[in-house]
Amino acid sequence: MSGATIRAGHDPYRIGHRHPELAAPDSTGHGEGGPAPQRIVVAYGFWIFLLSDIVMFSAFFATYAVLHGNTAGGPTAQQLFDLRNTGLETIFLLASSFACGIASLAVEQRNQMFTQVALLITGLLGLGFLLLELREFHNFILRGAGPGRSAFLTAFFTLVGCHGLHITCGLLWLGTMMAQFLAKGFRPYVERRFMCFSLFWHALDIIWVAIFTLVYLIGKIT
Amino acid sequence: MLGKLTWDAIPFDQPIPLAAGAFVVFSMLGMVIFLAVRGYVPYLWREWITSVDHKHIGIMYCTLAMVMLLRGFIDALMMRSQQALAYRAPGYLPPEHYDQIFSAHGTIMIFFVAMPFVIGLMNFVVPLQLGVRDVAFPTLNSVGFWLTAAGALLINMSLVVGEFSRAGWLGFPPLSELKYSPGVGVDYYLWALQISGVGTLMTGINFVTTILKMRAPGMSYTRMPMFCWTALASNLLIVAAFPVLTATFAMLLLDRYCGFHFFTNEAGGNAMMYMNLIWIWGHPEVYILVLPAFGVYSEVVATFSSKPLFGYRSMVIATMAICLLAFMVWLHHFFTMGAGADVNAIFGIASMIIAVPTGVKVFNWLFTMYGGRVRFSVAMHWAIGFIITFLIGGMTGVLLAVPPADFVLHNSLFLVAHFHNVIIGGVLFGAFAGYTYWFPKAFGFTLDERLGKIAFWLWIVGFYLAFMPLYVLGLLGMTRRMQHFDRPEWYPWVLAAGVGALVILCGIFVMIAQLVVSIRTRDQRREPTGDPWDGRTLEWATPSPPPEFNFAVLPNVKGEEPYWGMKQRAREATRLTPEPEYEPLHMPRNSPTGFVTAFFAVVTGFALIWHIWWLVALGLLGAYATFVVFAWRDESEFVIPAEEVARIDRANRAAREAYLTQSQSQTQGQTI
Repeated sequence: MSGATIRAGHDPYRIGHRHPELAAPDSTGHGEGGPAPQRIVVAYGFWIFLLSDIVMFSAFFATYAVLHGNTAGGPTAQQLFDLRNTGLETIFLLASSFACGIASLAVEQRNQMFTQVALLITGLLGLGFLLLELREFHNFILRGAGPGRSAFLTAFFTLVGCHGLHITCGLLWLGTMMAQFLAKGFRPYVERRFMCFSLFWHALDIIWVAIFTLVYLIGKIT
Repeated sequence: MLGKLTWDAIPFDQPIPLAAGAFVVFSMLGMVIFLAVRGYVPYLWREWITSVDHKHIGIMYCTLAMVMLLRGFIDALMMRSQQALAYRAPGYLPPEHYDQIFSAHGTIMIFFVAMPFVIGLMNFVVPLQLGVRDVAFPTLNSVGFWLTAAGALLINMSLVVGEFSRAGWLGFPPLSELKYSPGVGVDYYLWALQISGVGTLMTGINFVTTILKMRAPGMSYTRMPMFCWTALASNLLIVAAFPVLTATFAMLLLDRYCGFHFFTNEAGGNAMMYMNLIWIWGHPEVYILVLPAFGVYSEVVATFSSKPLFGYRSMVIATMAICLLAFMVWLHHFFTMGAGADVNAIFGIASMIIAVPTGVKVFNWLFTMYGGRVRFSVAMHWAIGFIITFLIGGMTGVLLAVPPADFVLHNSLFLVAHFHNVIIGGVLFGAFAGYTYWFPKAFGFTLDERLGKIAFWLWIVGFYLAFMPLYVLGLLGMTRRMQHFDRPEWYPWVLAAGVGALVILCGIFVMIAQLVVSIRTRDQRREPTGDPWDGRTLEWATPSPPPEFNFAVLPNVKGEEPYWGMKQRAREATRLTPEPEYEPLHMPRNSPTGFVTAFFAVVTGFALIWHIWWLVALGLLGAYATFVVFAWRDESEFVIPAEEVARIDRANRAAREAYLTQSQSQTQGQTI
């Protein structure tokens, strides 16, 4: 580029995905220092994805809000929901997130064994959550309250099921992640992916808190 | 074993879709055989199909858009000819076929012409304008493109295998529910758009990250070229709107596949909820399309007026204001829902307010031209044609935003005329302007100006001839999507619209001729300087076509219009800046991930449409396997040695040196 006047000695402005150790460490990507280092770029992009995912959930939440009274003569939220089960689910999910937090500490320590155990606990707790949710769904369907019964149940199964589907995908990702830590060790790109995974896993907690409040608690009270 | 798929799916009894389908299949087969025989397949695989270079992906997006434009336009011609023949007669298209055609026309033109064209231009231009070497996530970019192509393929498959939706381009329930559309048409529609929608969302995430986090040193927000700002706004809208589309279609799919009751008439379902949800995506969608087009016009008008863009900051504010307001007006698409006078009034006023920032933009373009040395190139023709046409479309839009007027005009051809007025006059003209403007950057030679101008005039005359009569027809009470009619006062206007479509067809032919002629005479139209239009932004600082790394050394941006500044400084100093030290560059390696993912997406989509469940499982497994294989890759980059970088950049510098000397002697000649 003909008009460039910057010192080209070590080409300091790596565009993000090359040699993060050489990138200007202070560059924020806001213009002054050139492109941000890759760690920032990846995390930023993943945050944008999470926001878009939350927008998708908001559509399901809005749908639930519109349809939750349309029980079409079928069972209502109050008759169906069992807060004990929901409470148990919540404990599993939050504990899973806690284990995920422990795992990130382990990754920071570069401790393979510790990492694998923490991730395994994360996954098992997530699986426990999923099984509890499936048991609940199964119960509802046995009681004649499947998703085809009424618009309320349609919206309920879709909203909660969508969260469950995210957990399922997360578990698949988690398993792949564990295998990758074993096979590849603590390489920068593996660590970046793990950072994204933990963001994803914690974001699902936030969604769950909203589901717990807006669907189960309010449904049981009103 | 094959779900619902039987030989009955192929329309042996209907000659028109069969012939069209056979034409598509045979031309695709012919193309594949031609490429294989000529031995181009390895080249295509290496340089295009597996490429993660944003420039190649951008060109592929634009190519996809242009091919699909032909498909969508054939649908338009069929509709126009059907209506021309269907005055007190059945015409030649039976209703069930005609309904598929208008549904396919709208779906294709929005999702597979306008979207890929706009995204293609952004892909090609944004990293160059930002002065960086690639987008934030190059492989994701490739996946996004191939998923869009997968959606396009599924839509075209519906020509041959099965049928397409008859429920309009947005598939409103309850018509699109299983009860009223039991065939596979709506499923084709939904799965094709789900798959391409995921691709679009990936693009949105990628470009927001790129524009906000990866810019050349010194490129602060208020120095970004206008096109980058509009691309940012457009991609923010994608990130915020497309998830809603995914959710909405997922609900309709659940209704159709699993007997859910989101939008059904029974069990408490609510069809109007679909209208709300789809238009919460749908209204931002029009701004997703038109904002980048505004960006193209801003670049074109400034360049060909040889002046900086007038009111840059007001333009930025106007763009972001439109971005925000885009989410506050969705209800104006169904004032007749019965939300009540107060709600309608709020949304009506909000819709009219959008005219304010848009007006700011129009005045900015006009003032950019005012006092400038305007060169009437082809791109500038499209820009001026746009300003006038879009103004008319915008004003009829404000008219439609008045709820009482909308009660009269809604669902009439007046509405059809309005949105074609803004989408053709705004988005498509912008895409053509961008295509003409950046073509030499992409390929190193300019397009034929004479044929380009002829194409422009045919398009604009054809456009007015085809769509102004629709305004009249709307006011005369003709509703949209009519397969036949018997009102004598409509007939001449319908015929006039048909003639307009034929004139546009001539415009398309001339555009194809322009491309062919330009390619054949490319040696005379080579453009060695990399800066054919005396450009102002950084893409013109690279050679044409740019090397895969775009910039040998990242440019240091010192103000708005960085390349104009560099040229001025070089002219004042009568020489270029000293040669930089070249370093080896690391670039992302090509990857077939996108192509393979899209393959499995097509398999999964097709299997879902036809209820072939084992194939669904297989397709998903394949997609997961692709993901794992990609994740296991160790070497994600390759190195371009410093000598290679130096060689390419020295050639570029030499061309600029020659250009500088030449313009110097010209200036001296003038002063003497």
